[in-house]
Amino acid sequence: MTVVKTQGLSKTFGDFKALDGVDIEVKEGEVFGFIGPNGAGKSTTLRVLLGVLKASEGSAEIFGKDVWKDAVDIHKRVAYVPGDVNLWPNLTGGEVIDLFGRLRGGYDKGRRDELISRFGLDPGKKCRTYSKGNRQKVALIAAFSADADLYIFDEPTSGLDPLMERVFSEYVQEAKAQGKSILLSSHILSEVEKLCDRVAIIRKGRIIETGTLKEMRHLTGSLMFIETDQPIPDLAELRGVHRVQAFDGGWSFQVDADELDAVVRHLSAFGIKRMESRPPTLEDLFIRHYEETETGAGGGV
Amino acid sequence: MSQLFDHTWSLMRFILRRDRIRLPIWILSFVFVSAGIVLVFDNLYGDDIERQAIAETMENPAMVAMVGPNYGGADYTTGAMTAHEMLVMTAAIVALMNILLVSRHTRGDEEEGRLELVRALPVGRLSSITAVLLVLAAVNTVLAVVTGISMAALQVKSVDLHGSLLFGAALGATGLFFAALTAVFAQLTQNARATTGLSIAALLVFYMIRAIGDVMSEALSLTSPLGWILRAKPFVENLWWPVMLSVGLAVTLSILALYLNSIRDHDSGFLPTRAGRTEAPATLRGPFGLAWRLQRTGLIAWAVALFILGISYGSVLGEIERFFEGIDLFQQLIVEQEGFSLIELFIPVLSSVMAILASIPAIMVMLKVKTEEKNGRMEHVIGRSVSRWRVAFSYWLLAALTAIAMLFLTGSGLGLAGNAVLDEDLPLGTYIGASFVYLPAVLIMIGLALVFIGFLPSFASVIWLYLGLSFFVVYLGELLQLPDWVEKLTPYGHTPSIPLDEVNYGMLAVMIAIAVILAVAGAYGFRRRDLKT
Repeated sequence: MTVVKTQGLSKTFGDFKALDGVDIEVKEGEVFGFIGPNGAGKSTTLRVLLGVLKASEGSAEIFGKDVWKDAVDIHKRVAYVPGDVNLWPNLTGGEVIDLFGRLRGGYDKGRRDELISRFGLDPGKKCRTYSKGNRQKVALIAAFSADADLYIFDEPTSGLDPLMERVFSEYVQEAKAQGKSILLSSHILSEVEKLCDRVAIIRKGRIIETGTLKEMRHLTGSLMFIETDQPIPDLAELRGVHRVQAFDGGWSFQVDADELDAVVRHLSAFGIKRMESRPPTLEDLFIRHYEETETGAGGGV
Repeated sequence: MSQLFDHTWSLMRFILRRDRIRLPIWILSFVFVSAGIVLVFDNLYGDDIERQAIAETMENPAMVAMVGPNYGGADYTTGAMTAHEMLVMTAAIVALMNILLVSRHTRGDEEEGRLELVRALPVGRLSSITAVLLVLAAVNTVLAVVTGISMAALQVKSVDLHGSLLFGAALGATGLFFAALTAVFAQLTQNARATTGLSIAALLVFYMIRAIGDVMSEALSLTSPLGWILRAKPFVENLWWPVMLSVGLAVTLSILALYLNSIRDHDSGFLPTRAGRTEAPATLRGPFGLAWRLQRTGLIAWAVALFILGISYGSVLGEIERFFEGIDLFQQLIVEQEGFSLIELFIPVLSSVMAILASIPAIMVMLKVKTEEKNGRMEHVIGRSVSRWRVAFSYWLLAALTAIAMLFLTGSGLGLAGNAVLDEDLPLGTYIGASFVYLPAVLIMIGLALVFIGFLPSFASVIWLYLGLSFFVVYLGELLQLPDWVEKLTPYGHTPSIPLDEVNYGMLAVMIAIAVILAVAGAYGFRRRDLKT
């Protein structure tokens, strides 16, 4: 079942096109990662989904309902944590958590207290004294103490320390185990890699890649390091070979999965002394996508 | 020494650079008001007889409490009149300027983490606070000298250079005293809000001590900086010791502030901070509860201030008859009407002015929607299951209730104090009715504010301009003999004068209908647009 679905979603601010036909789909029970650099349109997409911004074109639905028209109904089943958590300076963290729970229309008091102690928040302090990380904790505690069906997090761990990041991951996994759906944006790739079932990469308001990590890895191929007896004159020209770099007396490069066989056969003729291979990390995928689209765009000019 | 004060001069230039707009506006406003009042008084009360009439009115304890004892006596010249009636009020506002500036540049910067960036540079430990105090010393000196010279330059007889400079110096010295006091408070408290709050509370207490002291005991008055500064008596006795006293204490307090600053940790204060609630009270459950909670302190302060305003207007009603005999101006202001006492003629004029002032907190409540949105906090509310209609109308409801409470308080303050000083009481209902009849007009202003929020949020402050225009038209319309249609440009001009006019309920109903339509339209606009951050 689909929980979130956007089709051709576009948003313009004056002349600036922040989103240009975004299509994403989050299925029930999955953790969906939304990655891209700052300014790519991650937060704009999430804020359209939340009914804070109105889409200029295209459609966006959550639970099969229109995110703009049925915002209030949808929000009863959604918990959201914005990227930049601004709170009321003269209210305490505990007051804000309770207020958020009541505005949503119900929350679990026992779970709230458990979350406060797990995240190590002092709820009696005024929000003006909280650091960025503590403000984020307030919003996260409010979100996790809500019994939502969909959790939307905008860069949820950007202010948290590694220990708190782990607590966050645990709660995400717990929610997933209960069959809940999670949509999170991030540029911390290791986090996305660890948590997410499927990933969409956004760049300049467009989705340039969607799929499971496995599918994406297959598309990208493996990372190889090779050291040979004789020099390889035409390594960079081989089909399916990318990002060739001299490294530690040999060469490191990336090979497309469907050319792997041909490349290895060709290279074995040069007398292989050492050969290592590892699957690409999300960072490799990310950089490759950005480099390709960057040079592609540059080449056209 | 350089470990403590290195780069003070660069930091001073940086403060001046940051406040390059703010400071000239503050200083020039004081110069214009002070010099302007001299001209106004000189034109309005040209001869000794008129001035003597005012001087006698000023003997009234209510006036003494407000502006201080009349030291001019038979010698109530234009200069004496200006200094007597304006010195305390102007000095209090100069003090407020100093409080706001010092709090902003000390605790404000520290709280926002900007001071930490500065402290990480090769800058002395006390440079920052020293720079703030030195800049404020310069600001107050410039304020004193420019005000003094401008007043003297008007060439009004009796407003001589010596008196004018003393008047300016009294303002500057009071400012300096409060700058230093705020700098001390900035060391004690832990955030800018508490610093400003504590300093303003001190200012109010000093004002009250002076008010009570001036009426009952001079010795008490001399314990308040606002009390002793009045004893400079510019243009009559021209005494400099009060100025010296203020400056001397300012220097002492500054040294204390530097000492306290040197022995405390960054981001800490000497006063303990109370632990806050760990759970929200039952009242904080929806957008209305939130709107109230966020503005509670401000609204209570406004309520007290407007009630006191009503009382102070009421307390001079007893003097009105005498006022009228002596002054042509007020006869022009009040259109004489058969069958009504002068008091009854005067009530609607006071009510209209108070109604416009009472509109300020109501409009502020409505415009809070915009502030919340701009600061990225509206998203938390709308992102949960709360509709935008509900948000808009929660704030609207609080604004409407604010208007009702404020109009009621001004009207009853006027009535209670008025009946206490008048020989013949009027029914309290007349006073309250005269004030309350402005409710539809205030509701229209609130509705208009909501329309701006819904459709043109970045221009919402235009509503203040409109309120200012309304004040000008309603207050000075008669005086300047403006045509009738000008008055009709503002909702306040359509409101009947109680007890003079027959109350036209049809008209009031139409105004309420307009107010409601504006509110609904504004909420609709808010429903259909993007949230801005």
